[in-house]
Order: sequence, then structure tokens, then C-alpha cells
Amino acid sequence: MSEETKALESMIGEEYKYGFTTDVEYEEFPKGISEDIIRELSTRKGEPEWMLEFRLKAYHAWKEMEEPSWFNATYKKPDFENLLYYSAPKKKPQLDSMDDVDPNIRETYEKLGIPLEEQKMLAGVAVDAVFDSVSVFTSFKEKLADAGVIFCSISEAIKEHPELVKKYLASVVPVRDNFYAALNSAVFSDGSFCYIPKNTKCPMELSTYFRINNMDSGQFERTLIVAEEGASVSYLEGCTAPMYDENQLHAAVVELVALDNADIKYSTIQNWYSGDENGKGGIYNFVTKRGICKGNNSKISWTQLETGSAVTLKYPSVILQGDNSIGEFYSVAVTTKKQQADTGTKMIHIGKNTKSTIISKGISAGQSNNSYRGEVKIGKKAHGSKNYSVCDSMLIGQECGAHTFPYISSQNPSSSVEHEATTSRVGEEQIFYLMQRGISEQDAISMIINGFVKDVLKELPLEFAVEANKLLDVKLEGSVG
Amino acid sequence: MLEIKNLHAKVEGEDIEILKGVNLKVNAGEIHAIMGPNGSGKSTLSKVVSGHPEYEVTEGEILFNGEDITELDADERAHLGLFLAFQYPVEVPGITNKTLLREAYNTIARANDREELDPLEFEDYLIEKLNVIEMKDEFLNRSINTGFSGGEKKKNEIFQMAVLNPKLSFLDETDSGLDIDALKVVSDGVNKIASNDNAIVMITHYQRLLNYIKPDFVHVMMAGKIIKSGDIKLAEELEAHGYDEMQKELALNGEAQ
Ligand SMILES: Nc1ncnc2c1ncn2[C@@H]1O[C@H](COP(=O)(O)OP(=O)(O)OP(=O)(O)O)[C@@H](O)[C@H]1O
Ligand SMILES: [Mg+2]
Repeated sequence: MSEETKALESMIGEEYKYGFTTDVEYEEFPKGISEDIIRELSTRKGEPEWMLEFRLKAYHAWKEMEEPSWFNATYKKPDFENLLYYSAPKKKPQLDSMDDVDPNIRETYEKLGIPLEEQKMLAGVAVDAVFDSVSVFTSFKEKLADAGVIFCSISEAIKEHPELVKKYLASVVPVRDNFYAALNSAVFSDGSFCYIPKNTKCPMELSTYFRINNMDSGQFERTLIVAEEGASVSYLEGCTAPMYDENQLHAAVVELVALDNADIKYSTIQNWYSGDENGKGGIYNFVTKRGICKGNNSKISWTQLETGSAVTLKYPSVILQGDNSIGEFYSVAVTTKKQQADTGTKMIHIGKNTKSTIISKGISAGQSNNSYRGEVKIGKKAHGSKNYSVCDSMLIGQECGAHTFPYISSQNPSSSVEHEATTSRVGEEQIFYLMQRGISEQDAISMIINGFVKDVLKELPLEFAVEANKLLDVKLEGSVG
Repeated sequence: MLEIKNLHAKVEGEDIEILKGVNLKVNAGEIHAIMGPNGSGKSTLSKVVSGHPEYEVTEGEILFNGEDITELDADERAHLGLFLAFQYPVEVPGITNKTLLREAYNTIARANDREELDPLEFEDYLIEKLNVIEMKDEFLNRSINTGFSGGEKKKNEIFQMAVLNPKLSFLDETDSGLDIDALKVVSDGVNKIASNDNAIVMITHYQRLLNYIKPDFVHVMMAGKIIKSGDIKLAEELEAHGYDEMQKELALNGEAQ
């Protein structure tokens, strides 16, 4: 290996900065999964009967299902009997203000750069903080309520807004959709709920910050966002976890519903712990994210910056049901060390004149494996629909892999699908060229990578663009050897 | 300014020696030309001098203003005022020419305790330098060399040289690939940049270039060595008789093995 490549690798192998553990007292809860466990979980959460029934139905469906294995990754299967499905810090059940949040937890978020006090927050961003299985705090609730926007934990929504939850929960990702979605439906512990009423532009960015702290707990969060006719919202999720030698499971379900003329922008900055250089530890990130453009002229846009997790399987998708609806997927996936990512999107065109755009940028370094898997399906009635896809991969070093698996099917001759893919290697010649002009090796690499991903990062909400750049730098910078 | 003494270099990690004892001395205010057959080591010499990590110096010294620079990284050498116009300029998608040049200019300025230019000042400065080689400003906002024609890439190298204003420049076959008009424009540009404070080493296969940029010295490189030096007449001689004949002649005189 040449000097340049070595330096690159060491940069990319930068230590994970969010790997600390928070010392909190947890409520006791038995490990494993069974009907009794689900009943207990539902009771602890004080849920209505219909919710328990939903969970039990999902549990029985899940028991009949097989764990999938069609993706491009290998890992030790999680031991579902040895997982903790509920992990809540011991604290008052009802939090009325910031002061009720466990100071250790508050400090945790502070350390992560997410202060929970409203006055310290980014202006214009409301945060729901989820710690292991429960939402510990949601900020700016009153301000949002003034605009008619509901932003709360899903547990609260189940109690306070049951008619909305009943109507939309599992309406986009059915319980039996896949193995992990079924499991999530049975045991999901918390997550965020957003409801934007008719003709309302959500006055703030909404964001949820997920933190897995407990070593034995799985995190199964559930997010549901509904934008009524003419509503619009921008939502961001961020995630980190401590460093443990054991793998932890994160199996979320996110559902988005956009009615006529509604617009949902969903951004993710995913930085779960990705394991050490030998591939020990790290999060299994097996999530199901799907949005439906139910109404005409609606739009759903997914933007993701995926840097963490040991194994990621994730395909945020859009069902383009309404005429003239638009689906977008912008993704940067960075894998280093022994990380494995199999990620991409599905665009299902059903309505007339529907459009989808896919821009995927994969960066692989170390001995990692980074796959793009995308499906574009154009239905019989999707006259005049268009898809445009670009999948670019960048390789750093000789031991990593990048793969592209596009699946395209069109049943409508008046529609068009365009797919472009490139693979490049961060060339030593490129680095030398920039260094010859006086730029340090570290800056040269940073410039090349930023140049590669900028088409995607510019899609992130302004408030988080800086954050995203910082994260990329943490991931990609370090000491030059 | 530059003194290369008995320089031997091989490909890093392999046993391929390419430079086999190069000697060269370049003073401020001078223009040198290096000619030589394909594969004789001209480009390698320019890369070794500018610090390409692919090559390892096994013997000899490279002195720049009296300082041995053999151990310096490429960027540190650039800060001292070394510049290489590449024979094959690489494409770097995603970074514009302007971004590169502003970073480069300010990094070099910082390293030399000179004042940096803010974006607005830099814009004006760039426009002024574009005129040196009659380049269109649209090239500023394009990714480095990406999709440039062969000639445009070469021109872009000289534009960068004009902006960075180096002390010592290696121009590796900058003339190859330029059309007749462009050759003249680029040569005029190089002549404008040349001064008593800097020096230029041109690598070329064609005497034609030397009609536009008059060298003070011409060197012939063969098999990893400079085997003969002289003035412009040496180039004319080569043009007339070729490298083969020169080598035979030298062998007869016992000057080369
Ligand atoms: N990294 C390398 N690995 C192996 N051989 C190399 C390497 N770099 C250069 N060489 C060899 O060294 C010799 C000199 O190459 P160089 O590019 O310096 O020649 P040149 O004089 O510039 O030729 P030209 O006039 O064709 O540009 C060539 O035979 C080349 O194949
Ligand atoms: Mg050459």
C-alpha cells in the first residue's frame, strides 16, 4: 500500500466520538419476546386495548416469518430471545418541563451537541429526544400547537390522538411487509408523531434524535408523519450510540403520508456506532422507511447521510400514487473499516405524470462493502412518468467493495427511465495534483470527497448542512500518517 | 535556485531504477529545456523533484535555494515555490478550478507569511491572470480539468502557474496537444511570467517551442541521465540528426556507456 492510501485509510479510521455510555437507572424489564412480554410492554406504556391487539397480531405474523437474507451482507443473526424489548430510564412517567429530565440524560444530549433547553437550541428546530425505548423530551410543543401542528412522541399520540394513529399506522408499511417491520409493529417502544393540518406550512424544522444507551436493548422506534392537503414539513432524524463489543439491533419503521399538494422532506443523519476495525460491535440498522404520495401533486423527498452502523439495510421508498406526484431520494452512504451497507430506494410509479429522482453517492474505504440497491417500477397507468437515477461510487484503497443493483421494470411505454452509474477511485494522482498546488494531503482528500457528495448534501436543510459537513469530517479526517 | 546532484530514483517498493545519476543546476532568471526520447525519464525527473510519493530517491540530493528538499512532502515543496505543469493533467471532478486556486494561493501565502486574498480580491486577481493566456472565465467554475480538451488542459496548467506565481516551474510537454495559435498564446504567457526572480525548466520533444520560448540551456536526457548540455544549437542538432546519432557519437567519444 502506498503512503497516500495509508494516510487516507488512517483518516477514515478516525475514532467514533459519540461512544460514551450514560449512567442511568433503568426500569426492570425481562429479556426475550413472547405474548406476555408484549402485554407487559403495552401495560407499562399505558396503552389502549386496540394498540395491544395491533401488537399481538403483528407478533403472531412475525413468528411465522423468515429472517431475510437476500442482501449483500453477512453478519451474525440477532438472538431475539436475548434482547431487551423495553428499556426506559427510571423517572417520572409524565415530564412537564426540562427540569424533569434526568440530569445525566440531559448531559448526554448536551455532549452530543443537542441541548434540550429551548433557548439553547438551534432557532427554528423542534426536537424530540428518544433515549433507548422512550421519548424523554419534546421541545417547542406549544409553539407548534399554535400553528395546529402536532409533534409528540408516538406513545403520546396513541393516547391523545387515537383516531389519527389508527387511521394511518401501518397504512404505508403493512404489518406483514417484512420480517423487521413485523417485529417493529409488535414491540415498537416509541418514536415521533407529526401531523401537519390542511394548508399549513410547519413553522419549524422538526427533528428527532435517537440514542441507544442500554447495551442489551434493541431499539424499535416508530415514526409517523402525516401532511394533510397543502401542508408542508421538513423533518430530520439523527442517531448515535455508545461503543459496545456486542451488536445491537435497531429496527425502525417510518411512514410518511402526503395528501393532495402536500410536501414532506425527510432527512437523516445516521451515525450509529459502526464497530471497531476488526468488525466487532456496532449497530445493525435494519429499517423500513416508506412514504406514500397519496394525493395529486404531492411530494416526498428522502435525504440521507449514512455514516454509521455495522450493517445497514435500508431502502427509503416512495409510492407515487397521486397524479403528478414527485418522489426524491438523495443519499450519501459512507462505509469504512468492516462496515456493510446495502441501501437504496424504491420508486413505485402508479399515478400519471409522476416523477422520481434518485441520486446516490457511495463512498467505501477500508475493508467495507457498500451496495446500492434500487428499484424503479412504472405501473400500467403511470402514463408520462419519468425516473432519473444516478449512482456514483467512490473507492478509497484496494480492499473495499462497491456494488450497484438497479432493478427497473416499466409497464407503460409512454414513460421513461434513465439510469447512470459510475465508479471511481480516489486517485493518488488526484491527491498528488492537489498537493503539488500546495494543498495538504488531508485537505486534498476532504476536497475530493466534499466535491463528490455536494449534490446530495445541498439537499439537507440549511440548519443541518453544517452538522453534516462536520460529521463527514469526523468520519473522514484525522491524523495524517 | 535548483541544484540536482547525482540523483538516483526508483519506483517505490520495486526494483525499477529510472533516474540514474542526474545532475542539473538552474539559476534564477534562467530558462532550461530538457529533450530526450520517450521513456528516458524526463517526466519522472519532474515528479521526483516535486515530491511524487510513487518514487524513492536512493542516492543524491535535490537542493532548492540551498536547502535539501528530498524529504519534504509535495505540498511543502509547493510552498517553497515549486510548480509542475503536468504532462497529463488529471481530472478532479467536484472541485472547481477557482476553489482549487483560492485554496492553493492562500495556503501558499499563509506558509510564506504573506497576506491572503479574500474571495472578492481573489476574483479580480484571477480575471487579471486569465488575460495572461487569454482563457475564458467560464473555466473558473468548471471542475478541475474535467471534460477539458487536451489543449485546454495544457492551457489550464499555465493559467495555474500564472496564478500561483512559482519560483521554479517544470513544464512537462506543455506544447504537446496545443494547436498553432494556442501554442503562441501560451508561449507568450510563459514569457510574461518569466522574470529574473524565477526559473523555468521545459520538457519538450519539439524544437518549435524553443522558437517561442528561448532557452538559455538545452539538455539531452537518455536512459535516466542528462548526457549532454549546451545552448539552443543542441536542439537544432537533435532536430537534424536524432537521438540515435547523438548517442553513437557520444559513445565514440567515450562520454556515455
Ligand atoms: N511507476 C512506474 N512503474 C514502472 N515504471 C515506471 C513508472 N514510472 C515511470 N516508469 C518508467 O520509467 C521510464 C521513464 O518514464 P518517464 O515518464 O519519465 O519518461 P519520459 O521521458 O517522460 O517519456 P515521454 O517522452 O514519453 O513522456 C519509462 O520507461 C516508464 O515506463
Ligand atoms: Mg514524459
